[in-house]
Amino acid sequence: MRLVLWLAVLMTPVSLAAEEVVLGLSKDKVAITTSFDGSEILIFGAVKREEPIPTDAPLQVVITVAGPSHPITVRRKSKQFGIWVNTDAVEVDRAPSFYAVATTGPFSEVLSNVEDLRHGISINRAIRAVGAPATISDSASFTDAVIRIRSKAGLYQQLEGQVALDQQTLFRTALKMPADLTEGDYDTRIFLTRNGNVVSEYSTRIDVRKVGLERWLFSLSREQPLVYGLLSLAIAIAAGWGASTAFRLLRS
Amino acid sequence: MQIYLPIAEVSVNLFLVLGLGGLVGILSGMFGVGGGFIMTPLLFFIGIPPAVAVATGANQIVASSISGVLAHFRRKTVDLKMGTVLLIGGLIGAALGIVVFNYLKSVGQVDLLVQMCYVVFLGIIGALMFVESLNAIRKSRKAGGKTPYVRRQRTWVHALPFKMRFRTSGLYISVIPPLGVGLLVGVLAAIMGVGGGFIMVPAMIYILGMPTKVVVGTSLYQIIFVTAFTTLLHATTNFTVDVILALLLLIGGVIGAQVGTQIGLRMKAEQLRVLLALMVLVVCGKLALDLLLQPRELYSLATSGGM
Repeated sequence: MRLVLWLAVLMTPVSLAAEEVVLGLSKDKVAITTSFDGSEILIFGAVKREEPIPTDAPLQVVITVAGPSHPITVRRKSKQFGIWVNTDAVEVDRAPSFYAVATTGPFSEVLSNVEDLRHGISINRAIRAVGAPATISDSASFTDAVIRIRSKAGLYQQLEGQVALDQQTLFRTALKMPADLTEGDYDTRIFLTRNGNVVSEYSTRIDVRKVGLERWLFSLSREQPLVYGLLSLAIAIAAGWGASTAFRLLRS
Repeated sequence: MQIYLPIAEVSVNLFLVLGLGGLVGILSGMFGVGGGFIMTPLLFFIGIPPAVAVATGANQIVASSISGVLAHFRRKTVDLKMGTVLLIGGLIGAALGIVVFNYLKSVGQVDLLVQMCYVVFLGIIGALMFVESLNAIRKSRKAGGKTPYVRRQRTWVHALPFKMRFRTSGLYISVIPPLGVGLLVGVLAAIMGVGGGFIMVPAMIYILGMPTKVVVGTSLYQIIFVTAFTTLLHATTNFTVDVILALLLLIGGVIGAQVGTQIGLRMKAEQLRVLLALMVLVVCGKLALDLLLQPRELYSLATSGGM
């Protein structure tokens, strides 16, 4: 454990970089309650320096927030014998349930392709599909479909130019998280770049958890499924009987 | 007002779900169908994941069926004996159906088969019922508004052994046809993920020759047990019953079922059948169009391996 910690300290570029991120979050926990209707998180921070501001290129900031990844199956329909049928399927083995990337400027100016590939920053790089069957030549269109469908649902967001940066020191952005959130650890990364190269990196996590009644019901359904099933039935029976009795009393 | 569902993991509008439950409840009370074949597609439409929609729909049907059946019990329009015979067949059928379902799943294309099942059965039943009930209405018009005496024809159904007297239905027939009907409906219900009322009701009228007024209550009675069984299976194996969603649906549903039962009692049996036939045909047409027209989004996502 101690060794791992030491390695982590040695390998963290933050401790070596001339510019470091000091971060603040408006909240680091998102509680999913019964009335949960999405959430807005303000991510802000400052760049800490020991030296004067380098003048070779302007500082840029990239912020990413990624929800827990699950493997997904993407199916495509095609027309067979006059009806639309699922014919092709591609397994996408890593796709975050939520992904937002916000930058200070146009993506191509902020980050080079090499750095994007290395850190997996853009939405395209955050998704990984492996093992498309040999019969499918256009597996890229399946990952595109994942991005298209999830972008439409507000789950994938590409926010170019949405990070405000003052005096190359203070930065902030606001992220809207939709109501359909999966619980888990949301990895939050901040990259400082110059000339498309990452000069500093910082990461933290936002904790998204069900609380209260939501938590209790969810746990019960997983740990005591039979009790949960019987509880559901009991509620159904009581409601059915209650309504019937109430209506009879109302009429008489 | 939005509400977050703990198992479905989506946020839905409270009043939309209440209204949906109410609408399906009215249909359930009027026709004695569980309403699963309308509820499930409607839940997909508002963004509930399919697995959760099917399982939670079953739980909601338990509630609206109980609410409906109690109203029928008071009017003595439930044939308990017939219901129990149908139920025995139904439970055996459901068990068989699950075996068939799992086999289809291993082959792949289970979605398509379920959809085709819907289109074929809804289409046949809807069309037959529509034509028959229109004829009945025309006949009763000719008879000068008087309800004609329904002559019960003797068919192969009456020639079978193991006869039993069903007093409430006024029938003296073999137990083999009701057991068979129950079994068939059970198999289809398990494959299609519904209570099976829309198949049960016409089968009781046309194959068994039961009076329409008794059919509705008896069908509801049988559906309660089949869907309760399904709910428990889903809750323990797939963890897909969302109790909050079910609660919202059934608040709307039980009230709707009471209203529906009252409407049903004030209507003539033929009118009731024409309406049910039309509704079945509309759902069938919608599902057929889904198969025939090019969908707007050719791709679909499915989280593999559950949670």
